[in-house]
Amino acid sequence: MSDIVEKTLTALPGLFLQNQPGGGPAAAKASFSSRLGSLVRGITALTSKHEEEKLIQQELSSLKATVSAPTTTLKMMKECMVRLIYCEMLGYDASFGYIHAIKLAQQGNLLEKRVGYLAVSLFLHESHELLLLLVNTVVKDLQSTNLVEVCMALTVVSQIFPREMIPAVLPLIEDKLQHSKEIIRRKAVLALYKFHLIAPNQVQHIHIKFRKALCDRDVGVMAASLHIYLRMIKENSSGYKDLTGSFVTILKQVVGGKLPVDFNYHSVPAPWLQIQLLRILGLLGKDDQRTSELMYDVLDESLRRAELNHNVTYAILFECVHTVYSIYPKSELLEKAAKCIGKFVLSPKINLKYLGLKALTYVIQQDPTLALQHQMTIIECLDHPDPIIKRETLELLYRITNAQNVTVIVQKMLEYLHQSKEEYVIVNLVGKIAELAEKYAPDNAWFIQTMNAVFSVGGDVMHPDIPNNFLRLLAEGFDDETEDQQLRLYAVQSYLTLLDMENVLYPQRFLQVMSWVLGEYSYLLDKETPAEVIAKLYRLLMNDSVSSETKTWLIAAVTKLTPQAHSSDTVERLIHEFTISLDTCMRQHAFELKHLHENVELMKSLLPVDRSCEDLAVDASLSFLDGFVAEGLSQGAAPYKPHHQRQEEKLSQEKVLNFEPYGLSFSSSGFTGRQSPAGISLGSDISGNSAETGLKETNSLKLEGIKKLWGKEGYLPKKESKTGDESGALPIPQESIMENVDQAITKKDQSQVLTQSKEEKEKQLLASSLFVGLGSESTVNLLGKADTVSHKFRRKSKVKEAKSGETTSTHNMTCSSFSSLSNVAYEDDYYLNTLHDRGDKELKTFSLNSELLDSESLTELPLVEKFSNCSLSTPSLFADNSMEIFHPPQSTAASVAKESSLASSFLEETTEYIHSNAMEICNNETISVSSYKIWKDDCLLMVWSVTNKSGLELKSANLEIFPAENFKVTEQPGCCLPVTEAESTRSFQYSVQIEKPFTEEILSGFISYHMMDTHSAQLEFSVNLSLLDFIRPLKISSEDFGKLWLSFANDVKQNVKMSESQAALPSALKTLQQKLRLHIIEIIGNEGLLACQLLPSIPCLLHCRVYADVLALWFRSSCSTLPDYLLYQCQKVMEGS
Amino acid sequence: MIQAILVFNNHGKPRLVRFYQRFPEEIQQQIVRETFHLVLKRDDNICNFLEGGSLIGGSDYKLIYRHYATLYFVFCVDSSESELGILDLIQVFVETLDKCFENVCELDLIFHMDKKFPALPEGKIQGANARELQMSEVHSAQICRHIFLLDSALLTE
Repeated sequence: MSDIVEKTLTALPGLFLQNQPGGGPAAAKASFSSRLGSLVRGITALTSKHEEEKLIQQELSSLKATVSAPTTTLKMMKECMVRLIYCEMLGYDASFGYIHAIKLAQQGNLLEKRVGYLAVSLFLHESHELLLLLVNTVVKDLQSTNLVEVCMALTVVSQIFPREMIPAVLPLIEDKLQHSKEIIRRKAVLALYKFHLIAPNQVQHIHIKFRKALCDRDVGVMAASLHIYLRMIKENSSGYKDLTGSFVTILKQVVGGKLPVDFNYHSVPAPWLQIQLLRILGLLGKDDQRTSELMYDVLDESLRRAELNHNVTYAILFECVHTVYSIYPKSELLEKAAKCIGKFVLSPKINLKYLGLKALTYVIQQDPTLALQHQMTIIECLDHPDPIIKRETLELLYRITNAQNVTVIVQKMLEYLHQSKEEYVIVNLVGKIAELAEKYAPDNAWFIQTMNAVFSVGGDVMHPDIPNNFLRLLAEGFDDETEDQQLRLYAVQSYLTLLDMENVLYPQRFLQVMSWVLGEYSYLLDKETPAEVIAKLYRLLMNDSVSSETKTWLIAAVTKLTPQAHSSDTVERLIHEFTISLDTCMRQHAFELKHLHENVELMKSLLPVDRSCEDLAVDASLSFLDGFVAEGLSQGAAPYKPHHQRQEEKLSQEKVLNFEPYGLSFSSSGFTGRQSPAGISLGSDISGNSAETGLKETNSLKLEGIKKLWGKEGYLPKKESKTGDESGALPIPQESIMENVDQAITKKDQSQVLTQSKEEKEKQLLASSLFVGLGSESTVNLLGKADTVSHKFRRKSKVKEAKSGETTSTHNMTCSSFSSLSNVAYEDDYYLNTLHDRGDKELKTFSLNSELLDSESLTELPLVEKFSNCSLSTPSLFADNSMEIFHPPQSTAASVAKESSLASSFLEETTEYIHSNAMEICNNETISVSSYKIWKDDCLLMVWSVTNKSGLELKSANLEIFPAENFKVTEQPGCCLPVTEAESTRSFQYSVQIEKPFTEEILSGFISYHMMDTHSAQLEFSVNLSLLDFIRPLKISSEDFGKLWLSFANDVKQNVKMSESQAALPSALKTLQQKLRLHIIEIIGNEGLLACQLLPSIPCLLHCRVYADVLALWFRSSCSTLPDYLLYQCQKVMEGS
Repeated sequence: MIQAILVFNNHGKPRLVRFYQRFPEEIQQQIVRETFHLVLKRDDNICNFLEGGSLIGGSDYKLIYRHYATLYFVFCVDSSESELGILDLIQVFVETLDKCFENVCELDLIFHMDKKFPALPEGKIQGANARELQMSEVHSAQICRHIFLLDSALLTE
């Protein structure tokens, strides 16, 4: 056990002290400790900061003299270090001692080294330049045979090792994973964990070794490896599904008490270890039934074992509940978990209540009835004295908001907002209110008023998206034009009233919103003329408290209003005043206004009424300047060169390629951030879906049904009858005074009961208004598909628009982007266009549909079909090539054979491209789906072919690809088939473009089809894509290579060991060429130049050099992450072969 | 992951500060000050978790604290930590200190230097394995500056 080692370790210092040669260690020791002690005592005895400063400065100067004196022994140095640390801790600068700390770590004996390392880890930080000097020491100590030295080195590595230096120690630390002592192995794992945190690409190749650590016989090592796994699984859970079994076994052992007793905490076996394992399981089992099934037993066991005797068991329970709800659901477990949540929510302990609310927030969208069960507790929490609890409750309410309870919930949120002063809270809550208001607003007045409150409270701290979205909403409007106008009119009116109020200061953002709305929509007003509005804006303009940014908004609003106000003195006055303004920006605006004002016709055409959301045609190529440029060139001006080109030329004049041997190989470029996590964070997921769930319920629920359960009259009849009983049991008046007193007391009690029940009633009222729409009717929709209908105002209109085909729509942001016609024409005969341009329209409908990416597009299938038919329909591959021969035996062999024939026919079709073999990715009793990759020059073409194994007719088979973060997937024509004839095969083609480099990603989607008109089914599949699928050779000359090489800033260097089979450079390069599709440009002696490009066109250059059996790779690219990924692939290839 | 461990007394005087992320001195002091004000406002009978704030890293972070006599122990952690787990970790931490100092009190954290305490080697005391497992999260078996000092003070003896 590690205990023994550690005991030895602690005993070691003592041993060393005893063994120290030379006279009087005891005396020296006394003087050391007393010197530090007296310093501490001296400082605490002082009364003022000033005195302390004086004393420390004195101390520091004496220390400075001592450490720099050549006669100072290491032992004295050690003592000085301790005092230096103390001074530094108090906040004084002791930087003169840093270098001595490093020296001490380098030179001293064990003890002195220890203090040296300690000082270094406290003084320096990861990017400190002096750390470079420590690297050698660390390397030496890692190779030491002394256990303690290795330990110290590993510790310091995991504390503050510079990222660029990792390659220098990595092999040594990898070796330590096989060390015989647990403590070394554990520390090595932790050091690698640290490396994984700061430079994940560099430790990618040792994942296998982490697996060994996971199976280590020592619990400490295993636990340490869990940190790495938690991290990696968070980033990409699909790569580690095969480990589920191991994690489950480990958890089983832990829960079953198989660990040494040392790991118990308050007789709970290794609680933190359990928590971590549960988290990992939760991540692994998410949306994966097969993996989840493996863990049901152990979760059940954990829930059962966690007897509630201590705080920490609650921690485990909470984690269990969390896991149960995040994996593929199992009803029994859900039931138990729900019970546990109940325990939390109802607990008198405030911490547990908090967690209960948190858990409710997690599960609310899966199981809204749970919130109903605890509604009274939630109501109580709303008035809880603890603001944190309150906030958590509001968060919970936010998740269950729907159109019926939105007013109550938003009101509660606003109440909280008015009490709160913390900026963080305001920003957070204001965003939520705005979102809810936008989604569920019951009417215009409420919406505008709520947004007013949001703007005035949120002020200038809120997220800038909020005012932007609000304005866009106003401008784009929604279904109904008259309603839009009403909303705008109401906004204008409410802002005018707000501006009329004296002595009220509004936040700048709010003023900006107001000025935009007034500028755009004042024309809707009947009573007030534009001139009056201008006067109000002018008054604001003259206000000193208004920032200059807001003033530009205001003046823009005035400019928009000027053509409507036939003649206004205010405008003239404004022009007069601001043309002499000191603010150049304002002055420019004023001049613009002045010139426009002189030409009213131009102004009217420039600033038309209610045209805010139409696109302007911008000539991005600045073609109107061509004449000017031509004139300049003809007069002998130099042609324009872009910045990078100029820099390149400058560089190539100065330098030539440097072929000096490399020094220590490490990457000098920063790894800009880690791989983007695959986005499995539960929290964000929930927030993404919650809104939709809420809305779905609204769609399906009837208000009456809920009233029956939770309405005023019907709610909790039991309690009401109880009060009735009590009033019936009123004590009969008696003569005895005592009894009178009694009676009085009873009465008092009773009245208390009555008032209490009144309060209760109020709460119940509140409850019924809050939880309306969450009735028992709502089924537990666990795997509910995302519903796209979400925003009351905006999205809905789009969907409708898409559905209604060519019905003319009133607004045109979306439409105009699809219309190829110029904008001016568009404005004038928009209606005409839409009617005439039907083909165009169909295209639009289709693309809108595909944008929505949901089942909606399935219903639109005929249209889609039409689209694909009318445009480039590719010749079907198998229409004529009938497969009748395989008809009778419906065995899998048949389908396999068919697949191969399919593949061969593809071969014929695409001989010019390399392609992968057909691979079956999913199947069921009716269809089987296989896929190929075709590596085309400009993209990766994915082909999925669907084979119908049954003899039945399949209708409207459709293939959808889930959107992926790193790809852009475009459908190739000819993908949609209305009827899949029995026993035939059809293919779908998608071209995949990469958006962001990655190592390996998963592309998933599903096939949906109808069988015999009745039964519709879906089949999900996923395909692994590797970076290599997107790498193509880049054929350039050596000269071009040299030029490009200089222009790229991102580079990575690394040495790779070659296996014997490829010891010579040409063979190694050949491997790279074959496996990675790199293009070999030239081989010069022991150096080689290679190049490749990442599709669509990110070049990457590689310079190789061989010495002995080491291949030095040096990548350069214009993309910062690409070299890292390529390096990883190279390493894999070189090690693999 | 644990981002910082702060210990200060009822008057906001820092007694032990350890950041696992590099902050300039002034920011560190500001964080301690702000944290103190946040924690001070709260009664003893309300929950021990504080969310978000602009202190370290923003909304993903939580402050989890415990109040013992004259000292506040505050751990700043990100969302990958279990709240209750950290709460118990603080308990373990204090228990550990208690074992070192025999009835730990604020003064011990000030004058600990020349006392003859058994130091804090890992794995020696009960519960420490659990602690250490968790502490490995912060890449260090030693908890903070004072403990470091304690350690070195022992070594100088």
